Amino acid sequence: MTLSLSDPTWYPIASSDDLPFRHVYQGQLLGRELAVWRADDGNVNVWENRCLHRGVRLSIGINEGGELKCQYHGWRYANRSAGCTYIPAHPADAPARRIQNRTYPVREAYGLIWSAANDEQAFRPFAGAEGHDWFALRPMPVNAAPEDVLAALAGLAPDDQPADLLPGLAVRFGGTWYFVQPVDAGRAVIRGLLREQPADAVATLRHYNETLSKLRDRLERAAARKPAPEPLQPTFEKLSADLATMPDIAIPRGNTITVVVRRKWTSADGVIGFELAARNGHLPTFQPGAHIDLHLPNGMTRQYSITNGPGELMSYIIGVKQESASKGGSKVLVETVREGDLLSISEPRNNFPLRRDAVRTVLIAGGIGITPLLSMARFLDKSALPYELHYFTRAGEQVAFRGDLEALHGKVILHTGLPRAEIGTTIASALGQWSMAQHVYVCGPGPMLETVRDTATAQGWPEESIHFEYFRNDKVIDNSSAFDVELARSAMTLHVPSGKTIMEVMRDAGLTVPSSCEQGACGTCLTTVIEGEVDHQDVYLNRSEKASNTCMMTCVSRAKSARLVLDI
Amino acid sequence: MPSIDPITRDLWQVIAATDEVPVGLVEITTLLDVRLALTRDNDGNPVVWRRTDEEQGDEIDPETVLDRLPVITGYGYIWTSLGTPPKELFPIPEYAEADRKNMSCGSIGLAVSAPRAVENFLDMGHFPYVHTDILGAEPHTEVKEYDVEVSEERDEVLATRCKFIQPRAAKSATEAMEVEYVYRVPHPFCSVLYKSCPEDENRRDVIAIFLQPMTEERCRAHLLQSMIDSTSTITDLRRFQQTIFGQDKPILENQYPKRLPLDPRAETPIRADKSAIAYRRWLSQKGITYGVIPMAS
Ligand code: FES
Ligand SMILES: [Fe+2]
Repeated sequence: MTLSLSDPTWYPIASSDDLPFRHVYQGQLLGRELAVWRADDGNVNVWENRCLHRGVRLSIGINEGGELKCQYHGWRYANRSAGCTYIPAHPADAPARRIQNRTYPVREAYGLIWSAANDEQAFRPFAGAEGHDWFALRPMPVNAAPEDVLAALAGLAPDDQPADLLPGLAVRFGGTWYFVQPVDAGRAVIRGLLREQPADAVATLRHYNETLSKLRDRLERAAARKPAPEPLQPTFEKLSADLATMPDIAIPRGNTITVVVRRKWTSADGVIGFELAARNGHLPTFQPGAHIDLHLPNGMTRQYSITNGPGELMSYIIGVKQESASKGGSKVLVETVREGDLLSISEPRNNFPLRRDAVRTVLIAGGIGITPLLSMARFLDKSALPYELHYFTRAGEQVAFRGDLEALHGKVILHTGLPRAEIGTTIASALGQWSMAQHVYVCGPGPMLETVRDTATAQGWPEESIHFEYFRNDKVIDNSSAFDVELARSAMTLHVPSGKTIMEVMRDAGLTVPSSCEQGACGTCLTTVIEGEVDHQDVYLNRSEKASNTCMMTCVSRAKSARLVLDI
Repeated sequence: MPSIDPITRDLWQVIAATDEVPVGLVEITTLLDVRLALTRDNDGNPVVWRRTDEEQGDEIDPETVLDRLPVITGYGYIWTSLGTPPKELFPIPEYAEADRKNMSCGSIGLAVSAPRAVENFLDMGHFPYVHTDILGAEPHTEVKEYDVEVSEERDEVLATRCKFIQPRAAKSATEAMEVEYVYRVPHPFCSVLYKSCPEDENRRDVIAIFLQPMTEERCRAHLLQSMIDSTSTITDLRRFQQTIFGQDKPILENQYPKRLPLDPRAETPIRADKSAIAYRRWLSQKGITYGVIPMAS
């Protein structure tokens, strides 16, 4: 038999013991190197052992619990998805492009970690696996062809107990199972399992070790006499074309994902928690501060921040405010959506990126504004970066996600029921004087945002150090300009007079233009710009996306140049 | 043996620090998969030839060596070529300034291709992670916008306005400061760095790296410093550079593939990598294939 790079068989690649807390293990299978690591939530990741940035082995990276950090430039990759969540060289940007490392299927069972070169086959336990308390032997690496190793193992069987060859380079006799891990054409690792826990573990391990060492020596002597087999030649997958060029920033267009409402609960007085789970596998990578658009059964779309910590991709947890006089959005969610219902959400977007290069980070939340800041606190927490989280609520019963806040190690300060005037002074002292590399993030009701911005500015915080997010466009739109738009695909040139939006003019000309909020907040009317300079007035695109001048919202944004060419 | 592209063959290639080759004794080294021997004659002039398998011993009368390879000395090093090299080495004018301390800071072997090592030299993003507390420190990880151009007249890659916050930018620096760099790549396997000098605002320290491509996946890094530094001793300055390269070595040797991929779809560039992208393109346009994985045509 010859080994094949595309062999779909599951093989053991490590022992469970090889993956202690916060460790990264270098595994190998069929000529490929693997970075194998266990996240704090117990999940085992098996990834291509190569950073997508400059090809450094990820097995020399740092396991931060929910993310793996590369040693060379500190890129971070999320547990489960292997999606890149942070690029330290550009700390203020949310990595908009989907940079995702190659992952391999994984299963932890019987004291071993199993993987396969592809996911063509579902994992199936070997015959007779169930119902035993398996004991894993020490692995024995052998420099010989895997099939020769298998044959030699079969030869160990005593005469009265013929060896039973099993599918997938495995053999069994008596209560011992041997699996051959095909490292490469001329290299293998023997991984043995005993059906029962031995009475004397140390003596048993020693005994098997002696037997297998002898076997190894014999095999390696024989292999040295033969010509060395040609090693397998795995290739690295090419990146997608849009990753190959330097970021002309690509704005991800709304792919929707169906999720199940796994849990709905009252997190605090007036705040309902929703856990939205993937129907199978995990959800896409997100960054701290990211939100999703939730498409509601009544046709409306609302934005909610993800509260999760690093590498938590099995479900997103959001908090929804139960407003007394609420119309539309949250009312539908709170009143009619039940556990088990399906909802559709967008992929996460981030207009509120967290820099992880601050010497001090101040997080200020008011009411439901806690949601993005909880996520940020969790990321900072895992990387042991300093932060202070100030959470303002009207009453103690309104403190949402209390248990999660208590689990944080940083400074979490609850301010409950403060009178108005005191809120201002509390914010002022929470901020303190600014010095280099300090950043504040605020999310909460409008007046609070204003207070934080004004206070911070008065205390010397520069504009770039104050971060906030809008889900509503409260800016006054300046629609005084007049210009032409050329619709490249429709071969039409229209004049946009002052007082009218591009969208209105296009509709007047008989075009159908999708829209939803019409205030530059939801992203529905996102349009590609081919030429011309955009006067962005929306709150949907983030700073770098705006600067790229490659897209715009036709509902509020206009032109600085006399002419715009749009891809419509 | 891998083929050597004509551009690489005709370049001057560094092989040793001049003062480390003793007169009359034979040193052996590898250049572009070719075994070379070198020595210096009684006038101190280097003599370089292809080492054959029959030759033995480590002493020789240089007069008996007839089949010599071209030789030039410059910047403290001996350079040779397997082809027809240009008249001169690329210029580093500062080297001639009278008040500088010029020194070769030793050589370090790296199990990676020469172009990978050049790229590492151009890269500021790794400072906080690889040269922690020396050339950078978390949380100051940002690589600000800088300019890159390929100068046509001089045929070199030039990166200017490169700024980075450094805790201890040079031996004579004591506190964190933003340093400004200019990088030149005047030779496919050599790079020169100019860095704001902690002692004199108007002048710049010069650090150059000359890579000797031994095989496609192995090289030797030879270092030159040309400093305006009145306090540190030569030993200090050498030790400082040795520390820096000692830190790069394990990272570079864990880089895969070891040859530099020129296909833009092989690795993910970010804005901070502008100079590396320009360098890769420049190599590609020149037609260099040694030590790289050329773009599939
Ligand atoms: S190579 Fe991994 S972050 Fe650059
Ligand atoms: Fe370095």
